[in-house]
Order: sequence, then C-alpha cells, then structure tokens
Amino acid sequence: MLLTSALITGLGLGSMYGLMALGFHVTYAVSGTVNFAQGSSMMLGAVLTFAFATTLGWPLPLAILLALVLCALYGLVVEFVAVRPFASRGSDAWLMATVALGIVLDNAVMFSFGKEPRSLPSPLAVTPIELGGVGLGVYPLQLLIPVVGLALAAILHSVSRRTRWGIAMLAVVQNRDASRLMGIPITRCIAGAYALSTVFAGVAGVLIAPLFNVHSEMGTLFGLKAFAVAILGGIGSAWGVMIAGLLFGIMESFITATMGSTYTQIVTFAIVIAVLAWRPNGLVGRTAVNKV
Amino acid sequence: MIRRSFISAAIALIGAGLTHACLAAEPIKIGLVTALSGQSALAGEAITRGLTIAIDEINAKGGLLGGRKLELVKRDDEANPAKGTTAARELIFKDKVAVLFGGLDTPVSMAIVPIANQNKVPFMGPWAAGTPITHNGANPNFAFRVSAVDEVVDRAMLQYGQKTFKTAKAGIIRVNNSWGESNEQGLIAALAAKNMKAAGIERFEANDVDVVPQLTRLKAAGADTLFLVGNVGPSAQVVKSLDRMGWKVPVVSHWGPAGGRFTELAGPSAKEVHFVQTYSFFGKQSPVGDKVIKALMTKYPDVKGPADITPAVGVANAYDAMHLAALAIANAGSTDGDAIRQGFYKIDRYVGLIKTYVKPFSPTVHDALGENDYVWAQFIDNRIVPVGAN
Repeated sequence: MLLTSALITGLGLGSMYGLMALGFHVTYAVSGTVNFAQGSSMMLGAVLTFAFATTLGWPLPLAILLALVLCALYGLVVEFVAVRPFASRGSDAWLMATVALGIVLDNAVMFSFGKEPRSLPSPLAVTPIELGGVGLGVYPLQLLIPVVGLALAAILHSVSRRTRWGIAMLAVVQNRDASRLMGIPITRCIAGAYALSTVFAGVAGVLIAPLFNVHSEMGTLFGLKAFAVAILGGIGSAWGVMIAGLLFGIMESFITATMGSTYTQIVTFAIVIAVLAWRPNGLVGRTAVNKV
Repeated sequence: MIRRSFISAAIALIGAGLTHACLAAEPIKIGLVTALSGQSALAGEAITRGLTIAIDEINAKGGLLGGRKLELVKRDDEANPAKGTTAARELIFKDKVAVLFGGLDTPVSMAIVPIANQNKVPFMGPWAAGTPITHNGANPNFAFRVSAVDEVVDRAMLQYGQKTFKTAKAGIIRVNNSWGESNEQGLIAALAAKNMKAAGIERFEANDVDVVPQLTRLKAAGADTLFLVGNVGPSAQVVKSLDRMGWKVPVVSHWGPAGGRFTELAGPSAKEVHFVQTYSFFGKQSPVGDKVIKALMTKYPDVKGPADITPAVGVANAYDAMHLAALAIANAGSTDGDAIRQGFYKIDRYVGLIKTYVKPFSPTVHDALGENDYVWAQFIDNRIVPVGAN
C-alpha cells in the first residue's frame, strides 16, 4: 500500500516538474540559454489567474487565457531585457540577469498581491477519485497534469520535426549564421521560444495552484527541481525532460515512503549527481556534434 | 538688594514649581517594536490595539506615579531583526521608554532582548513564543512575557491530545525549519517525560505540494493522533493530503493555522484541526472580556463584534501584558528599569482578561502563562472559535 500510494503521488508530482522543465527545454533547444527564474514565471501564471478569477470575479477560462497571454508577454520581456543584451555579446551574464529579473518579479508580486497564501478553487480539485484500491484519493486535476505534460511534449516533438517553423528552429540551433543567411528570423525565433517557455511555466502554475496555494514564493522550489529535472532528462529532448520529471517525482515519493522525509532531499539530489556522472548529457540527451 | 533677592527667590520658587508641575505631567513612555507593515501588519495592529485599550483604561484612572499619563511610542521592525534593534535603541536612548514591548517574530525579539538586558530596560513579549526569549541566561534578566511559550505549548499539545483524543501513539509532522526543529525537540521531551515515544517523526518543506508519503508512513506506524507544527500554508497542505488519503485522524496543532485564511486554503476539513490559542473573544466572557470588547467596539469603528478582534491572541496578550507592566511600574515607584524589573516580582494579584494572575512573575519565572492557560480552538468558516463552542 505504501508503495502504490507513493507511485500515484510521485506520478502527480513528477508530471508537474516535467511540465515546468519543458519550459527550460524550449529556450535551450533554440538559443542555448534558459530563464533560470522559471519558478517565478510559474508563480506569475498562478497569481494572475487568481487575480482575474477570484479578485475580479471573471469566468475561470477567460482568467486562465488572459493570464497565459500576459505570461507570454512576460516571456518576451525576459528575453529582451535579461537574455538578448548579454547573449548577443557572447556573455554568460544572462544567467544572473534572468535570476535577478525573477527576484524583481517575486518582490513586485509580494508588494502588490501580498505575502499571505491564497487558495485558487478549481472544479477539478474538489472530490477525489479513488485509485488503485489503496484508499488514496486523487483529484481529477492530478490526472490532468500528466496528460497535459505528455501532450505538450508530443506536440513540441512533432512541431520541431514536421513543421517549417520547427525545422527553422532546429536550423537556428545547428548554425545560427547559416540560418540567418537562409532568411530565418533568428531574433523572432528566440523571442518566440521565450514566450512559449513562459506560457508552459504559466500552464504549470495554473494547474498546480488549486492543489497548492498561491503566493509570491510558490515557484522557487519548483523552479529549482524543474531545472534538475531538465538537466537529468537531457535538456535538448522534450521527451527526455518529461520522462525525467516523472522519474524524479516517483523517486522523491519512494524515498520519502521508504526512508522517511529526513532523507528525501539528500538522497534525491545525490542520485541526480550520480546519474549525471554516469550520463553527463542526461538520460536521453546526446553530446552535441560540432561539424567542421 | 532685598528686593532683588526677593525677586530671585520668587523666580526660583516659580521655577521649581514649574519643574515639579512639568515632571508631574511628563508622560511615561511605553515602547513597542513590532511588524506594522507587510504580511504581519494585522498582527502588529492587534498588539497596538490591546496596548491602547489598556493604556486608555490606566490613563482614565489618573495614570501612574502620581498622575503621569502613559504614552505609546511604536516603531515598525518590518519583521527584520536589524531594523528591530535600531528601533529598540532609538526607543531606549532617545525616547527613554520605561518598558519596551516586542512583536510577533521570535528572531526580532531574540535580537532586542540582549539590548534590553544590557541597558536595564524591561522587555515585555506579548506574542513571540520562542523559548529562549525569556530563558536567555542573563542575570539579571529583564525579559518578561505574556504569551505562549514553544516548550510549554509542546507539553500542552500532548496533554490536550491525551485528554481529548486518548493519544497513545502520536505522530509528529512538522515543517522543516528552525521553528519546526525546536518544537520537535519540545514534543520529544514532552513525550519522554510521560514515558512515551513518537510513532514517527516526519518533516515537510514549506513549499511541498503533497504530504501523502509522509502521512502514509505515520499511518503505517500506527499513529493515532498527529501533532502538527507548521505555518498556515503548509498546514493546509497537510489537511488536504489527509483528505485525499481519507484518513480521519485527530490533528492537534501549534498556532500556525491561526496565521491566515486556513479554511480557504485547507477546505472543509480545516475545522478538524485543533490548535492552541491564549484567548478567544467568542463564547461567554468574563466581566473583563465584556469590558474589553466594548472598549474595542467604541474605539475602532471596524470592530463590530468578536469576529473583528483578530488575531485575538495579539489583542488579549498585549492588554494583559500592559496592565501587568503598569502594576510593575506602580510597584517600582519610579521609571527606573531595575526597579520596574523587581516591580514585576512584587505583583500580587491582577484580575486580567486571559486569567486572574496570582504572583505571575518571580526571579525564576518570567512567563506569566502556563500550559493550563491555553485555549484550544478550531476554524469555523473564517472565525477562530474555542473547540466545542459552535
């Protein structure tokens, strides 16, 4: 019973990490950069949805839609303010700049939204359904999260392989100068990737919020774990990232269930280090081949 | 010549008289350093209101030390120890407060108490529960408190669990920070004193979404009661996880849930959590309780009834603490810090809001409230009411 319930819990948690980590994958695949403050983007999605749905009383679908549009705009800001100025000069300072922008956002939200945790009600997180005959209920929303995560990974995968836009993106990854010469609008591609990445984080925020609570620091730990997941899966692969998310979640809840919560973080992250030592490019990742 | 001497003498006499009159009218300043902005602003306001009502009562009766009125001087610490110490120094050296009141954050109080001890100014804690605030090792010790004390709360949690839920195998589930850690030690000690052992001890992060694995372990270990230590958000996550497990186990908690919108966060099962408070304005009140509620409603238009006196512990603790401090000043006969400290020990009896205090302080006891003075409460909708009052 202990392990069955750990498996169910782990899948739910893991798909949340995977969904967040997909955001890291999208920008990395295109530009080799990421928004390190992805947790703040997740928080933004949840806080905006709360503000529109609960504070202003708008219908939930409209609130979510508007929140995600604003998340996309924030993604463009991240790219324009914290990534482009540095990446264009070949500097790695975007690393710190994205973290700094995240801190600015967290604090701006703290002052405007308040620090008190609030609850975002969802019709999908009211009555638990019992699963697996172990007496553990699961909210329908917890089942929706892996579905959304896997669907997004599948869409990303096929878009990048089958559509002109996706192939253009792959070209940008392979050779920036050649792609520019071929007429691919690189700047817009990268900005688009950041918007998409932030929307993914926003989707994660909207989905997680009803299971959790909404406050300005809700994304910090998530962002950190999602980054570990992205690296673990091989940040260049959408499938790898999603699968690593599920594995990470299951690993966490198994360790808690068998060894106790004292050891959860110690053992989980020790395993992450061990796996990376064994496969430096992540579980599914491949070493980049530089063609001369 | 004679005339000049006469005038000088007259001026001197008038001057002396004036000085005396000035002295008699000079207010006794009471300092308060607490969070007055940010997420804890409401708590700081509650302390301010409790103090203000008590000060108004004392001043209406003619003040202290032969007619000197009390005056509250407050400073915002923004829940930051560094800001708290700056504010405390300003109140001690510039405003020369007779007694310095602290706020709700244990770290801020821990930073201020050494300054109070060094400068021989009595410190009174109306909220922060950290055991070392009053057990600080200083001799003489100038820190007093009218509030819950972590170590005592832990004993009271066990006592309440045994009495109400016949707790035999308690499971401890606590937040993974220093507050959780100190209460874990306190709970283990409380259990050991009764030759008991915890069925299990589990920790959760303040940002954990799912606490099912931890709770499943406690369930498997045969826990018949949960002792919960966590702030309002994480405590709500524990309740939601229990809901999904369908595990109906009694939950006895520290006062974390009282710090926010617990019912909104935890859902309908929020009311199953019984947590510690020092006072509730709901239910039948003593004459002092009725008087304080009336005074609050008269002074503050937003107070329409007991539900608006929130957080209740802040108001109640501060009210009693101010009256006790006034008795100490009266016993001291001056505003000298050390005399006031000894004045606290000379308090014989005071019929207060929380209880009737009989010799509440002694050189070894600086906490006026003990484990029998706590009230057990639960959330009914958005109101904190004593268990069973609804």
